[in-house]
Formats: sequence, C-alpha cells, structure tokens
Amino acid sequence: MIGELWENFTDALEGLGSVVHFLFRLVGNTPRVLLRFSLISQQIFNSGALSLIIIMLSGLFVGMVLGLQGFQLLQRFGSEEALGTAATIGLVKELGPVVTALLFAGRAGTALASELGLMRATDQLSAMEMMAVDPIQRVVVPRFLGGVIAMPLLAGIFSVIGIYGAQLVGVQIMGVDSGSFWSQMRSAVSLSDVTEGIVKSFVFGVACSLIAVYQGYYATPTAEGVGRATTTTVVTSAVVILFLDYLITAAFL
Amino acid sequence: MFAGLDIQIPRGKVTAVMGPSGTGKTTLLRLITGQVSADSGEIQVAGQDMRVLSRTELYVLRRRMGMLFQNGALLTDFSVFENVAFPLREHTDLTERLIRQLVLTKLQAVGLRGAAELMPAELSGGMSRRVALARAIVMDPELLIYDEPFVGLDPISLGVILRLIRRLNDTLGITSIVVSHDVQEISTVADQVFLLSGGKVVAGGAPQELKTNPTEIVKQFIGGLADGPVPFHFPAPDYFSELMSRSEEP
Amino acid sequence: MRKSRTLNLGTGSFVLLGFAALFFLTTQTTSHGLAVFGPAHYQVTAKFDNIGDLKVGAPVSMSGVEVGRVTKIDFDSNEYKAVVLLRLNERFNKIPTDSDASIYTQGLLGGKFIGLTAGGADTYLKDGSQIDFTQSAFVLENLIGQVLANFTKQKADEQAPARADPKATEKTK
Repeated sequence: MIGELWENFTDALEGLGSVVHFLFRLVGNTPRVLLRFSLISQQIFNSGALSLIIIMLSGLFVGMVLGLQGFQLLQRFGSEEALGTAATIGLVKELGPVVTALLFAGRAGTALASELGLMRATDQLSAMEMMAVDPIQRVVVPRFLGGVIAMPLLAGIFSVIGIYGAQLVGVQIMGVDSGSFWSQMRSAVSLSDVTEGIVKSFVFGVACSLIAVYQGYYATPTAEGVGRATTTTVVTSAVVILFLDYLITAAFL
Repeated sequence: MFAGLDIQIPRGKVTAVMGPSGTGKTTLLRLITGQVSADSGEIQVAGQDMRVLSRTELYVLRRRMGMLFQNGALLTDFSVFENVAFPLREHTDLTERLIRQLVLTKLQAVGLRGAAELMPAELSGGMSRRVALARAIVMDPELLIYDEPFVGLDPISLGVILRLIRRLNDTLGITSIVVSHDVQEISTVADQVFLLSGGKVVAGGAPQELKTNPTEIVKQFIGGLADGPVPFHFPAPDYFSELMSRSEEP
Repeated sequence: MRKSRTLNLGTGSFVLLGFAALFFLTTQTTSHGLAVFGPAHYQVTAKFDNIGDLKVGAPVSMSGVEVGRVTKIDFDSNEYKAVVLLRLNERFNKIPTDSDASIYTQGLLGGKFIGLTAGGADTYLKDGSQIDFTQSAFVLENLIGQVLANFTKQKADEQAPARADPKATEKTK
C-alpha cells in the first residue's frame, strides 16, 4: 500500500517536472512564434471568440444570482444599497476569473487537448517533424498563446456582463437605487481589486492552456488515449485553478 | 531491440526491408530519420553521423528526405493542395504562382491533380497515401522512405503505389527504402531486399536470391508458412495437462 | 485563405470586446477612472493634525455636493502634520482661499470625507494652492478624554471664578 502511494507520489512529481519543463520549452519558443502572428490570432479565435457565447450566458446568470443572493443577504443588515459593491467585488475578484477558467477548461481546454491528441494519434506531428517543421512552434505554441491571451479577456467580459446581470436583478427587479448601486461601487471598489482579478485570470489562462496542450501533445496515440487526455485536462485544470486561486488571493492580502 | 544490425542501403535503388511483426522495422526507420537515437552503434545518412547532429542540423538533413507514413498523416485542417504546399510554405519564399505550379506538378505525378481542392476526410485510403507521397516529394528529396505503404489497400491502389515507387525512384534518381510485409508485391519493384528477424539481418540480396535462400526463417517468411522459426503457438503450458486440470473443477 | 478574413474579423472583434470589458472594469467600477477621463481638475493641499482613517479616494464636498477627491496622503516630518492632496473639479474654481477644510464622518459609522466651508476672500483656490484653515478628524478617544478632563475641571471650577468655554475648538494657523 505504502509502496503504491510512494509510486503515485513520485509519478506525480515526475509529471509535474515534465509539465514545467514543457512550459519552459513553450516560453522559449514564443519569440519566434510571435513573428507569425496569424497562427496565434487564429487560435485566439478558436479559444476565445468561440467561447464567447457560453461565457456571456454564464456571466449573465451568475450575475443575476449574485444580485438575488446579495440583495437578500444585505437586506438583513439594511445595506441593500451596497449591492453594487458586493456584486462587483465578488465577480471581479473571484467569480469572474474562477468560473471563466473552469468553463474555459471545459470548452477550449478540451478542444486543444483533443486537437493535439488527434494530431499525435494520426502521426501528423511526426509527419511535421519529418518535413523539418517543428510542431512545437507551428502547432503547440500558437494554441498555448491563444489560450493565454483569450482568458483574461473572457474573464473581463464575464465580470462586466455579471455586473449588469446583478444590476438587472437588483435595480430593475428588487428596487435598489440605481445611483447608489453605481456610486457605492465606485467608491468602494479599488483598482487593486480589479488588478487582482486580471492577474488571476492571466495565471489561470497560463495554467489551463499549459495543461491542455501538454495532455494533447503527450497523449497516447490511440482513440482511447485522446479521450483520456481530454478528461484529464478538465480534471487537472479544475483542481489547479482552485488551488492557484487560494494562493493568489492570499498573496494579494 | 537490435543486436548487431548491419545494413547498407545503396544509393539510387529501391531497397525493401521486411520481417515478421515486431522485429523493429519501424524503429529502423525512426533511427534513420533521427526520430529515435541509438544506444550504441553508428547510423550514417548521406555521410553524416546521426548521433552528433544538433536539432537544427537534423532539420536541415530532413529536408533532403521525404517520408510516407502508414496512414498518410495528412494535416486534417488543410486541403489536398495546402497539404502538398505545406513544406514549400514553411521552408521557402516562393511566390504563390510558383508554389501552385510545383504543387500541381507533383499532384499530376501521383495522378491526383484533379483532387487538389478536396479535404483529407473526403479521400479514400489509397488517395490520401498518394497525396502524402506528393507532399513527400515536393521538396525534391534525395531519400524517400515508405512505412508500410500497402496496408489496407485494394489491389488496384496497391498496384498504383507500387508503380509510383518504382517510377519516382527512377525518374527522380533518388534512393527509396520501403518497409513492407507484402513479399510478392515488393519483390516486383525492389532492387534489394533485407529480411530482419531477431534484431538482425537474416538475409539480404536481390529478390530472386531470397526465394532460393535455404535459411528456415527466410523460407517461412517468403513462403508464408504458418509454422516454423516463428511458431504458430503462443507459449503455453502442456495442452493435455491443462485440459485435464480444467475438467476436475466441480 | 478565403476564410481568413472572417476569422480575423472575429478575432479582432473578440479582442476588442475583451479589452473594452477590462477597460470598463478598471475605470467605471473604481474611483480611478473618473480622474483619468473625467473633466479637468486642479490640485490643492491641506495639512491636518490628525486625519483619522481618511482614505485616498475619499470624496471632497462643499455644501454636500461632491467637488473632488482625495488623491494622496503624505506626512510632513517638519511640521508633524498629515498632508492631504485634494483634486478638485475645474468646474468648481471659485472656492475662496480662506475656506475651511474639515474631516467629517459619513453617517454615524461610515468612512471619512473632507468638507469645505466657504470663506470670504476675493481670491480663489487654484492649482497648487494650500488650504490654510483645517480641522482634524473627530477622534472618539480624544473627545472622551476631553469630556472627562473638563468634567473634573468643572468640578474644580465650582470653587473658582468663570472659565473659558470648555468646548473651544482649536483653529490652526
């Protein structure tokens, strides 16, 4: 039993080292890939623009729930006017980055992992190597960068729509004064709150994209292997996101 | 995997590499192309020792080679035309017109010029392999490697590929290495055949010579015999005793 | 190559949308944005003995109308006073130079803000001016201490002639 646990532990450690090594490889190749921006921009579209619908819908609903819950809670203290502040801080600092990252891992992360996994399974990556084209530069880094750039933007959009969702519920439906909603928010929310959110979404973007492309690139070249790569991507991304969330929140305190 | 493998692939000729499953034919190809590095021994390609090459030098060397993968390995997001044009776009600065002319020429050589706008998903097995072949020759390589090119093809497509291998080798003056199981077929176009078994070469020479080779393993392979040095039965305990022990269970 | 145009369009729109969202978050939800893209401003300073828990970003108001914000809080180690930088809206440029700046509390337990009371001078505050008349923040402990002190003093005064008003506020020059 102990032996098994130890093996799992060392396997995990080895995996972690492998991932970090991969990250350095990707970052090292980034300058060259930046010269071919069209590759990256295509991937920004795939990871970002195509995720817009789900992000916007989720943002709206989360914002509305926040508005509802927040109003109910604040009502107990007679501070309904603070709804703007509560919703904004909740979204910008936590829900925006975290929920967006989880959704991103589910939609864009799995797409990246399965694309690369499929290319691995059908020898396309080997074929590129044989044609003296570095698949890391041509295929992997653009996808990685596309995800890293798309994530903060998606999180921002999520938060903004969420705030409007909260406003929709709070002001239009529950009757909170619109002026108070916005003015209290403006005076209570500081720039460091927003930057914390942006930093989080950037870090989450790096983590999710890294995990996705790593799983896909190193997938076992079978149909089953690709499937496993996608599920591992989602699971690992979720855990890592939540863990990093704690770290960054604590760091900003 | 290999123990004492010694092979010389002659330039300008079609060489076939054959052997039972699992003897490492694909590994041999990977060693030649530098996808895998050898633990010991020497691999020389075009006069260069593969072990000392840096990544960049390896890439430069690879531009002189073309490889046809077992399933074609076409890039699924690109059309037939774009697939064949891929090496040109990545490695050269040729104008669109020139690229177009080159691509169409190569497609014509494999008989698929009319399929230029199709997507890989729309191609049959034989067709995608021909496109992959066109892509492999688009940079005018000196060495062409075919990894099991006949697997799963109908006789007509098979014949097409066979003819292409021979014709390309002769008209382009290149060296071809074909890894295959199809003894009869490949013997019709190969100049030289190597048979691998147990990690080394057990026979080598012109195809006719192999047919008269007295070695057991060669006879079994060439003749397609069910039993011989490669046994029919997977290792198992004694038949009678196993049957008997089963019937004793309540 | 044909579909690359719609692709680029889509990517461009997405990126634009994303940056617009981030821009919105940084400027419209915080107090900083108003300073960057709001109307023109001018800065004045005011020195206080004690600012209590006055924070950067606190409003500056006159007659209850917000006329500016606190942008910086510093400490003058020569005079041992807090130096507060006020950014005032250019629209309110007729504030007399002898006006009074006091630190008040919003509501009963809210945050601190600065209230300006107009003086009578003919010259007005402009960029770089200093408000000379200031009143420190209301610090609860001091008041209690003061009340207790005056209480005991009053008791002692019962045996002595009239005293000055115990609620004298100090005007700092």
